[in-house]
Amino acid sequence: MLYREAGDFKTNYVADSQTFPIKFDRYGYYFLLGFAFLVMPLIINDYWANSIVVPFLIYTIAALGLNILIGYCGQLSLGTGAFMAVGAYASYKLMTAFPELNIVFVVVFAGIVTAAVGVLFGLPSLRIKGFYLAVATLAAQFFLIWLFTRQPWFYNYSPTGMISAPQRELFGVAVTGPRASAVAMYMFCLCFLVSLAWLARNLTRGTLGRQWMAIRDMDIAAEIIGVNPLMAKLTAFAVSSFFVGIAGALLFTVYLGAAEAGEAFGIDKSFLVLFMVIIGGLGSIFGAFAGAAFLIIGPVLLKLLLVNTLGWPTDLAAHLEIMIIGALILGFLILEPHGIAALWRTIKEKLRLWPFPY
Amino acid sequence: MRDIQADDGYMTADGRKIGGVAMELRNITLRFGGVVAIKDISFDIRWGEIRAIIGPNGAGKSSMLNIISGFYHPQEGDVIYKGFKRPRMRPYEISRQGIARTFQNIALFEGMSVLDNIMTGRLHHMKANLFQQAIWWGKAQREEEENRAQVEKIIDFLEIQHIRKTPVARLPYGLKKRVELARALAAEPAILLLDEPMAGMNVEEKEDMCRFILDVNDEFGTTTVLIEHDMGVVMDLSDRVVVMDYGRKIGDGTPDEVRNNDEVIKAYLGVAHE
Ligand SMILES: Nc1ncnc2c1ncn2[C@@H]1O[C@H](COP(=O)(O)OP(=O)(O)OP(=O)(O)O)[C@@H](O)[C@H]1O
Ligand SMILES: [Mg+2]
Repeated sequence: MLYREAGDFKTNYVADSQTFPIKFDRYGYYFLLGFAFLVMPLIINDYWANSIVVPFLIYTIAALGLNILIGYCGQLSLGTGAFMAVGAYASYKLMTAFPELNIVFVVVFAGIVTAAVGVLFGLPSLRIKGFYLAVATLAAQFFLIWLFTRQPWFYNYSPTGMISAPQRELFGVAVTGPRASAVAMYMFCLCFLVSLAWLARNLTRGTLGRQWMAIRDMDIAAEIIGVNPLMAKLTAFAVSSFFVGIAGALLFTVYLGAAEAGEAFGIDKSFLVLFMVIIGGLGSIFGAFAGAAFLIIGPVLLKLLLVNTLGWPTDLAAHLEIMIIGALILGFLILEPHGIAALWRTIKEKLRLWPFPY
Repeated sequence: MRDIQADDGYMTADGRKIGGVAMELRNITLRFGGVVAIKDISFDIRWGEIRAIIGPNGAGKSSMLNIISGFYHPQEGDVIYKGFKRPRMRPYEISRQGIARTFQNIALFEGMSVLDNIMTGRLHHMKANLFQQAIWWGKAQREEEENRAQVEKIIDFLEIQHIRKTPVARLPYGLKKRVELARALAAEPAILLLDEPMAGMNVEEKEDMCRFILDVNDEFGTTTVLIEHDMGVVMDLSDRVVVMDYGRKIGDGTPDEVRNNDEVIKAYLGVAHE
């Protein structure tokens, strides 16, 4: 009976179009935010930060970005891994060329560089769509990774071909490099995620978001009612790549510390983020969170269950883990093709009427 | 209501004011490969009038609307709009000049709510840039609110308040047609193009739609170009009618003139039609 719209009347259009129209949702959201900012820093430790929490935050950013492109604008991309690499290598070049530059700016500039590269590789979308576009982005994936592994300028001619992130501090606390604490890494990524999720929400609720969706749903009609397809698609590529680039920069600087493009940002990463978006729910901000949670937390929990609780050998568990996650993805898509977000919506709709089914 | 040249206009029997020429289609020929869809057709559209285009299936009516809205480009002929020859433009640029339309096969954005569909129709009235929208402060929020208020007026006008938040995909056919009209009206067009807005509707829905079209024209003075197969509707609604057959124009005039035109009668008797 708590979960109600009734009695919660909207008296103006701003209130009617807010993010969480139902009070209960709003309070739930404030609670989560409070928990993430106030409680988590106290209880987080190295193990949880490294195995679950930090990768979850970073991949959610990537999933938000890809969701804008695929879920909102309907442009299929398989180049996410490479765009993350662009963010990573851009942040590396910036950090080494301008050691004084604040790490926040490094990450944001890396996002901007990636946005520019994304627009460049988004140009084919003006001509081709669907699978053909996917193939074009796949070409981008291989080309960019080739560039980063074969052109020594990108890794500053280091003999190993790897890039590694020097220590950078924010308010006197190390957030990158080997001495960065779990709390610092967590808070740094959390701030980025929350700001970016807020930006994504704003961009998708307004006229730009509607133009993206119009292109997604029916591009010809969209153009006839006034959507400039060039602008709509390229802004989607830019914003999406900006997010993905920031995710790549964070993954490299904060989480991995050292990386090699082919290994850290290969095609498997493209698919990982794509799965997150599809499982979470296309065209939903919440879906990006849900999809990333499912694919980051799921395997860890499974491993804990198989290895620690059931005592299975690690390598067997690793294989099984992949199979189980794969089966879960398949089963899930068959049961609810529109992802976790749609499942959640259905539950909420039922809940709104509960306990009276009509 | 814009650009009415009073000296060039006239009053209709029911007291509406028809202005000067808004758009002139001059010697339009459109071919698809070997198929000639439109053959050397000329006619004009006056400000404030309801201009019907009728003709049997495949006559080229939809193709004509597609030319007006810039989706097709004729091989020959010119479109004169507001007194100037229109250069070749993309459809979205043409829509920006105040031309909105509905489609014969409903072309709504199925993944969006009714409200979002109609709001999309107002995109030319929203100028906030990417960064203003991203932070959702000041201009972006203000614009959204103002335009929402306009859209609510249209929602009230078309009596679709109850489905505002419904995903379009869940609506029945008749309501979809109405939402499509709402989306076109949201643009506050100078010229409104309607491609068979009543096709497939029952009598009651048709009556509603007729009333909406007349009211729009009455209240906002919107120039309307209407393709319709139902002759009763056409005769009731329109000020002037163009009759097409096999891509040619075979009649042009008031409903009465057209009804008594020999060639029109022959075309309509000779060809099986609705
Ligand atoms: N994109 C296209 N490609 C090829 N031929 C086309 C195309 N569009 C229309 N045509 C042809 O042009 C002719 C006119 O079609 P149009 O759709 O304009 O007719 P219409 O008068 O609207 O008919 P209806 O009453 O069935 O809607 C038809 O012969 C049609 O096959
Ligand atoms: Mg037609």
